[in-house]
Amino acid sequence: MEIDVTISLKKGVADPEGANTKKALNLLGFDDVVDVKSMKTFRIEMDIEDEKKARAEVEEMCKKLLANPVIQNYTIEIR
Amino acid sequence: MNVEDINICILRIEGTNNEQEMYLAFKRLGAKPELVHLKQLTGEVAEAGRRDLFDYQCLMIPGGFSSGDYVRAGAILAARMKSAMKDDLTKFAEAGYPIGGICNGFQVLVELGLLPAFDEIMTDCPEACLTTNDSARFECRPTLLRHENKGNCVFTGRIPEKDILLMPSAHAEGKIIFPPQERGRHLQRLIDNDQVVFRYVSPEGDYAGYPWNPNGSVYNIAGICNPEGNVFGMMPHPERVFFGHQHPDWTRTNKENGDGRAIFVSVLEYIRGKF
Repeated sequence: MEIDVTISLKKGVADPEGANTKKALNLLGFDDVVDVKSMKTFRIEMDIEDEKKARAEVEEMCKKLLANPVIQNYTIEIR
Repeated sequence: MNVEDINICILRIEGTNNEQEMYLAFKRLGAKPELVHLKQLTGEVAEAGRRDLFDYQCLMIPGGFSSGDYVRAGAILAARMKSAMKDDLTKFAEAGYPIGGICNGFQVLVELGLLPAFDEIMTDCPEACLTTNDSARFECRPTLLRHENKGNCVFTGRIPEKDILLMPSAHAEGKIIFPPQERGRHLQRLIDNDQVVFRYVSPEGDYAGYPWNPNGSVYNIAGICNPEGNVFGMMPHPERVFFGHQHPDWTRTNKENGDGRAIFVSVLEYIRGKF
């Protein structure tokens, strides 16, 4: 089973990487770009059949390592 | 206890650096530092290589890029420490033994929940985060820090309050932030508990913005300790200015000692007096 975990920054947290990318895109002539947000996706392959169990385990992974709740949100998507 | 009997555990894993400078700082002051790999503490090595955290009177986490700084700076080392030695770490900190983290080590202590640790010795979830500098760049240069602690922090006992020290910064993720809705409250608690240790200043001593504050840290914070004062983390590198000649203006000054030396002298003095 493949699971995508996407880590994004919480609302109100500064995203210098996104802001700088936006600036660069504007400088390249993409004038319609009004905002860029950076995110990170981990594609996790698990040897597991039970979807519910997999989701619970990935949830635990997010809490223990993948996300810092102070600044980050996460979404879990089973592919 | 005598200084020559003080054992210092300097933790290393793949990607740590500056541990040699830290080792030498303690060695030059007469203590007994040892470079210890995380696996030696977690028992994942042959019998002869195993170490117990309680063989030491101080745990230091050096700078660098532990585990490549993947996921988040310090997150992997923190998660590995927490899964294997959470109880030991809690007991160690509870007993008053000093734990210090420099640069990446500071990030590890925050991810571990050992800093700022308002309500318990070690929180389950991090209460703060050291995140990407406002400039989105690696900022590497000498920075000026004002010592703001009123006597709580065991790593700065020898530094007079309000003294301005020069220590080099070298990091891409040094901006301390709190959960947006808790920002004011957390900052106030840091101040009330005497947990603020160093703040970035300009040469005039003002709490100036960039470039004097290299990362955009809230309240210009460069280093903090826990409410008990024995767990301490800072972004700049005291071990890189142990001697006067390591200062950028060394040809114009006759300083024998570097500004970072006092950190190591202070913690050794605390251990000598307490244990």
